[in-house]
Amino acid sequence: MSNNNGYKLVQGNEACVEGALAAGMRFYAGYPITPSTEIAEISAQKLPQIGGKFIQMEDELASMAAIIGGSLAGLKSMTATSGPGFSLMQENIGYAALAEIPCVIVNVQRGGPSTGMPTSPAQGDIMQAKWGTHGDHPSISLTPNSVQETYEYTIKAFNIAEKYRTPVVLLMDETVGHMREKLKIKDSSEIEVINRKKPTCEPKDYVAYRPDEDMVPQMASFGEGYRYHVTGLTHDETGFPTNNNDVSGKLVQRIVDKVEKNIDDITYYEEYRMEDAEIVIVAFGGVSRAAKSAIDDMREKNIKVGMFRPITIWPFLEKQINDVAQKAKEIYVAEMNLGQYFLEVDRVAGKKCPVKKINKINGELITPNEITYAVTGGAIND
Amino acid sequence: MFQKMELRLSGSGGQGVILAAIILADAAIEQGINAIQTQSYGPEARGGSSKAEVIISKDEIKFPKVTNCDILLCLTQNSYDKYIASLNKNGILVVDESVNVNMNESYKIYKLPILDTAQNKIGTHMVANIVSVGTLYALIGEDVISKDVMIRSITNRVPPVTVDKNIYAFEEGIKLIRG
Repeated sequence: MSNNNGYKLVQGNEACVEGALAAGMRFYAGYPITPSTEIAEISAQKLPQIGGKFIQMEDELASMAAIIGGSLAGLKSMTATSGPGFSLMQENIGYAALAEIPCVIVNVQRGGPSTGMPTSPAQGDIMQAKWGTHGDHPSISLTPNSVQETYEYTIKAFNIAEKYRTPVVLLMDETVGHMREKLKIKDSSEIEVINRKKPTCEPKDYVAYRPDEDMVPQMASFGEGYRYHVTGLTHDETGFPTNNNDVSGKLVQRIVDKVEKNIDDITYYEEYRMEDAEIVIVAFGGVSRAAKSAIDDMREKNIKVGMFRPITIWPFLEKQINDVAQKAKEIYVAEMNLGQYFLEVDRVAGKKCPVKKINKINGELITPNEITYAVTGGAIND
Repeated sequence: MFQKMELRLSGSGGQGVILAAIILADAAIEQGINAIQTQSYGPEARGGSSKAEVIISKDEIKFPKVTNCDILLCLTQNSYDKYIASLNKNGILVVDESVNVNMNESYKIYKLPILDTAQNKIGTHMVANIVSVGTLYALIGEDVISKDVMIRSITNRVPPVTVDKNIYAFEEGIKLIRG
């Protein structure tokens, strides 16, 4: 007899596909790259079995373009990649942001820059996830730290993309993507699935980019009889390009505001042993697992330390970090890069308490001992 | 009483140590205890060094990597040279007989004909990883994971036509430890 209580051993990348399918993904376009390849492989296996479509494109530029097309045609669409491919996707991510095409981009981060270290974990694409594409634009990135969370937050990534008509990045790292641990797949009745708003008017009355009160326009699928124009140029409510300064300014402001002004709706984070914490470690993704373990060790030595873990990496959780800084005597930002998220934490918290860095970029996960050592005396030397 | 065990499995890329680790973790989850499996490997499909890790624990596992290695498996000289320093001084080393080992150590050493058993007794070097699973399972113990669960995990994770051969390999691995 099995005692597994419904849990199965599943890899992070596999859990991502399970989450995507549960959220309603029916189109995947991608170009396989380590350490995200399993997401493409498993999507290729599973999508055709449920009437979905998988296509391997010639590169990541085309992959991103294909999921924009798939989404415009009405299917929930996803691609997955790692740093080198994420770089190539940036132009079209901006297109999806301006043309308001919901889609999910998974980036399983590996060592960079360039082709870097394909099989090693890193968190070097934090700033790229926000600013990789040019121009002002909304940025949403979610970062899970376990196999179960990868499943749950892939579902949320789709829901947010659909609700706000915008690209959402699931920012994983090799540690979480490749590790196997227990996963409980939820019954569909337990899963909230959000679908994009469809037009309620007659096709002749449809104005494709006229926003509702929530700042999000209704979205017709191509081929349904609603004719409209889609462009990466700034456009008016009909979707046709315009250089009108007033219209252009308002458009860019609106696509940013529809996300920024609803930040509470997309705010996800975890606080660990924060009740009386004087020292706070800010960590996310794989590194947060090391931080938890380090915090347990330090708590045994009566050091009052806790963790604030942003799951919503972008938009930056300014309000929560501000609250953390009010109470903390010291904040450490632990990340597998040279201090990218540190810059944001320091911007908000730096005037209230010292903010310090714990960084590692050699392709290995930061260990609990390294965090403990940094917090209790001395920094890590790579 | 079993609380937590950290295992590191190492060898050459293509020997299947990652699958061996997956099978052990899978069985632990099926048994209702926590497990995490991770790996590190080079960009090559074969050759190069390959390392897989499994942590099994009654409690929640936070840090997913092995920090306190209880059992170390080394199928090649390279992997022994690279990872032996990580083994607990009270730990257990399981090593193929072809590897030159410093026997004068505080940890327990099992120097076993793992590769030879796979090649010459079962008939293919491809099952060396499952012979290894048998040896590791014999050390983990039936009080932690039942044998039925182990066999089901192997059956589910190896190619269907090779199930019988792999279960034979598993049993032979157990015998290498228990005699």
